Amino acid sequence: MINFQYLRTTSAKSAINLLLKDKNSRFIAGGTNLIDLMKRGVTAPEKLIDINHVPLKQIELVGNNIIIGALASNTAVANNQIVNAKLPLLAMALNAGASAQLRNVATVGGNMMQRTRCGYFYDTEMPCNKRQPGSGCGAVGGFNRMHAIFGTSDKCIAVHPSDMCVALVALDAVVVLANAKGERKVLFKDFHRLAGDTPQIDNNLKADEMIIRLEIPTNNIVKNSHYLKVRDRASYAFALVSVAAGMEVVDDKIINVRLAMGGVAHKPWRLTAAEDFLKGKEPSLGNFEQAAKLAMSGAKGFGENDFKLQMAPNTIIEALTIAKSKA
Amino acid sequence: MQSSDKESTAGDSRRDFLKKSSLITAIALTPTAALKAAENQADERFAELFEKIPLNLTVNNKAFKTSIEPRVTLLDYLREELHLTGTKKGCDHGQCGACTVHVDGERVNSCLSLAVMNEGKKITTIEGLANGEELHPMQAAFIKHDGFQCGYCTPGQIMSAVACVNEGHTGSRAEISEYMSGNICRCGAYPNIVDAIVEVSKGGMKA
Repeated sequence: MINFQYLRTTSAKSAINLLLKDKNSRFIAGGTNLIDLMKRGVTAPEKLIDINHVPLKQIELVGNNIIIGALASNTAVANNQIVNAKLPLLAMALNAGASAQLRNVATVGGNMMQRTRCGYFYDTEMPCNKRQPGSGCGAVGGFNRMHAIFGTSDKCIAVHPSDMCVALVALDAVVVLANAKGERKVLFKDFHRLAGDTPQIDNNLKADEMIIRLEIPTNNIVKNSHYLKVRDRASYAFALVSVAAGMEVVDDKIINVRLAMGGVAHKPWRLTAAEDFLKGKEPSLGNFEQAAKLAMSGAKGFGENDFKLQMAPNTIIEALTIAKSKA
Repeated sequence: MQSSDKESTAGDSRRDFLKKSSLITAIALTPTAALKAAENQADERFAELFEKIPLNLTVNNKAFKTSIEPRVTLLDYLREELHLTGTKKGCDHGQCGACTVHVDGERVNSCLSLAVMNEGKKITTIEGLANGEELHPMQAAFIKHDGFQCGYCTPGQIMSAVACVNEGHTGSRAEISEYMSGNICRCGAYPNIVDAIVEVSKGGMKA
């Protein structure tokens, strides 16, 4: 690993000020992705600003919002009573990700900021527009079994690897960001971005900003929600396809429904067309199948990942079926 | 290297850091002598010595004080500096769990943690698990149930297993497998590892 300067700070304000001083500096929290990337030479910041001592670990219910600090660990969130009572979908998604060791140190903010696990991004001998803009995409026409089927560009077909973020987009989370001047709020669905012509930019966080907290509105899908992750081994693997599904059923009609997919796009993929279709309908297998079909509109395989074109709708149907069956 | 009007070269930013660190809470990390040296425009090489960061932590109930380059991982610090080689380097990328240790009682992958991030923390490694000559119940259970073949993953498996029991994730064999999934065993001793954890979780192997 190339050496770097290490600074430690205890307030968000000083963290942001330090960040402003050097554009080649990065925040480090859990470090479970950043240190790995630095070891492999994928990234080489000159300064690391350790923000672990900034007091942003709160998890609390304020009015109709569950507030989660950016530095709350994945384990702390997954085990939290409020989260399990009000946002079981989030707890399920977190527990489906990584391993117990990684979740103990990985933070909410770091989870959002993690980079793709595309093999071409990690291998510095290979072309990758995300790592080195203009060098080409190795995955288009290469090994692309893990790659995207929605919202791809000819520059990049990488997927965002998070499970937590799939639940958060389904839960209508709001991200609170801060710079030296103040705070701004971004809808979770607008935080991450599609690759387009600038795959090196994963999200809409600005260079002078810090993730402060999440605000997640309470909902009525608590009882009937499920996170279903399909992967190559039973645990501790990234998703081939995952689905966050939740619904509120009254008198055998779906009143509210949330659907999002992971492992299929450069950002957590909300399935609004499928949701719109399901609203007001019976929670029947036939309707779930119709919704899954609608969700797949515009999907495109790249060879090795063609199986996802079938796996994705199957996973949607299964996730909805399990969510509905919960009593 | 002239520092005055260059844009963020490494030397520049280093001196900049040393000079201005009194403004930030990181001040305690920089020895007074280094700050003085920087103020006096001391030789670059001299300043470089102070890129090592002071580190205080407790390992297996013993306090250690050192200064260390920020890029050194907790794993390398334990193995290379403290010669606690029980903690293994498997993949060095957080994929195998061989480097699992406890930090303030929680299991972490020491390969993905910078040593300097563990200032003031209490680390327990496999060497710190036994009580003198008396094995920890989990160590005894691994031997009884033959929870290993080659043994390379075993220190990490045992550290993770102890945490798994402490966390209460031992409700079923399936739950144990799920919460032990961060520890890979290429010999495939998994069923025996789960046997050992089941026994300890039920209060077995107590001295």
